[in-house]
Amino acid sequence: MAEFETPGQLVAAARRTREAGFKKFDAYTPYPIHELDAAMDLHDNRVSACTFIGGLLGCIGGFGLCSWVSAVALPLNIAGRPMISAPMFIPITFECTILLGGLTAAISMILMNGLPSPYHPVFNVDRFAGAARSKFFLCIESEDPQFNHAETAGFLESLGPEEIAEVPR
Amino acid sequence: MSQPVELPDKIHVGPVIDEGHSLASVSDKVGGIVLKRKITIGWVFGLLLSFAVLQNLAAGATWLIIKGVGVWGINIPVGWGFAIINFVWWIGIGHAGTLISAILLLLNQSWRNAINRFAEAMTLFAVMCAGMFPVLHTGRPWLAYWLFPYPNTMDLWPQFRSPLLWDVFAVSTYFTISAVFWFVGLLPDLATLRDTAKTKATQMIYGALAMGWRNSARHWQRYEKASLLLAGLATPLVVSVHTVVSFDFAVSIIPGWHTTIFPPYFVAGAIYSGFAMVLTLMIPVRKFYGLDDIITLRHLNNMAKVTLATALIVAYGYTMEAFFGYFSADTYEQHMIWNRMTGTYAIFYWCLILCNIITPQFLWSKKIRTSPGILWIISIIVNIGMWLERFVIVVTSLHHDFLPSSWANYWPTIWDWAVYTGTLGLFMTLIFLFVRVLPMITIFELRMLLPGARVKEPVAQ
Repeated sequence: MAEFETPGQLVAAARRTREAGFKKFDAYTPYPIHELDAAMDLHDNRVSACTFIGGLLGCIGGFGLCSWVSAVALPLNIAGRPMISAPMFIPITFECTILLGGLTAAISMILMNGLPSPYHPVFNVDRFAGAARSKFFLCIESEDPQFNHAETAGFLESLGPEEIAEVPR
Repeated sequence: MSQPVELPDKIHVGPVIDEGHSLASVSDKVGGIVLKRKITIGWVFGLLLSFAVLQNLAAGATWLIIKGVGVWGINIPVGWGFAIINFVWWIGIGHAGTLISAILLLLNQSWRNAINRFAEAMTLFAVMCAGMFPVLHTGRPWLAYWLFPYPNTMDLWPQFRSPLLWDVFAVSTYFTISAVFWFVGLLPDLATLRDTAKTKATQMIYGALAMGWRNSARHWQRYEKASLLLAGLATPLVVSVHTVVSFDFAVSIIPGWHTTIFPPYFVAGAIYSGFAMVLTLMIPVRKFYGLDDIITLRHLNNMAKVTLATALIVAYGYTMEAFFGYFSADTYEQHMIWNRMTGTYAIFYWCLILCNIITPQFLWSKKIRTSPGILWIISIIVNIGMWLERFVIVVTSLHHDFLPSSWANYWPTIWDWAVYTGTLGLFMTLIFLFVRVLPMITIFELRMLLPGARVKEPVAQ
């Protein structure tokens, strides 16, 4: 794990790490850095896809609930007006769409990020607390097929970090 | 979202964050309020006072449950009274929080970053207070779950064509989504608190809440996507909530309520009162916690501008109401507007015009927009004005309806006031607790505003 002082150095280092062929590595930053998405080739759109499905289910479910209750479960004939009076069902359909869409967006983000995760080895490095404050970290994991203890340490050194630490398991 | 674009200072009143702050200093400053700052006498006094006022709610609700809704001033024809006035007032206040957090996020307004957390907390607390009223107004709050559609032995279902049921769905969705959005925004900051906390207990509590967030770039990418989606969903939601609230009125046929201008006019009024409440709360907080370098005069100036803009929309709404009342050629509508201006409650109407249309005109002056003291007084006047607006809408339309034989006046009783002041106590109690246990400013978004946060890649060696 290498520590950097500025976001610029980290982005450059992350790009070089990816270009060197590493797959299992991650950057840790105190705030989202959009340049990293390109540097690390991050393009996970599953959260958007899940949200769309959630919203769609909410939409169908909301309209279905109104229609089923009004036409099947408790039909009330009021002067022969239609049982499924669509315009009157729109507000609830809309609210259900937002409710399920929003909940899936948040829950899918949390689950796809592997949270809650009570333990992660990166926290074993004392200085890592800086990632939640003002420092920038890059970590190459030993599970990467290219990982070799000495060579990877040399590679990290070549990125010009402030500090290098080994992450105990 | 791209990195915030800094506009030249000539256009604005100062920067969004004062110079001299670094990544570490903003974290320590905002986190320090929670972790390091000693509990002050002022805070204890404020909390105890709010908590004492909260007891009014306990007393008011208890007496109401024992005796029934007759202890309130409501009658027939004025069946709505304080319960609905205060419900609409509180819900409206909540709207500024979602506007700041969602709509301004989509519009990439970087000045929102310093105030969105606080405004969202205000939203949640205001919606909690709002929720009390319809539930108590049912008279049998223990049966409030009947409002939800669920299979039951009575074989009954809610009426999905009723705006009152739409309200149940709109308000509960609004609360849920606001809470989720708020928690998602809190995640990285809870991790910051966890990693800077010194005692075992605080580390455990914030650690559990942060769920193991570790600031990973792969996580941030999904996180940003989810925030953007939530903002995109919350934006139409906030507009829909007050629209549905206005449907409670507009779908009925009561003179003065049955108008198509209600939805936009209610939404503007909601944002108006919400921004006023944000100013009422933020100006003292910024002073007492020494945050004027993070919540700068530029923030106050911008919020004052939004307040002025929505005040003008609301003024247009009042004018149109009066004009259509006259122009409708409908006896009942004409009587309603004439009675509103000259009848029993005329004093309320003219005070409302004074508070909501005349007072905000001072905000045209940049000097006033950047003087916290005067701005604070104006914001309180606007809050009172918006409460009067709801009083006028609810009471003047109901107390004189179609048949003179059914006319009656409405005056609140001591129990109305007990419940109302009690919710103010609840709101303030929650605000006092919030500023001490959670970071009241979004730390990670503040970091993004700093000049040092911009990515400048070194030239490859």
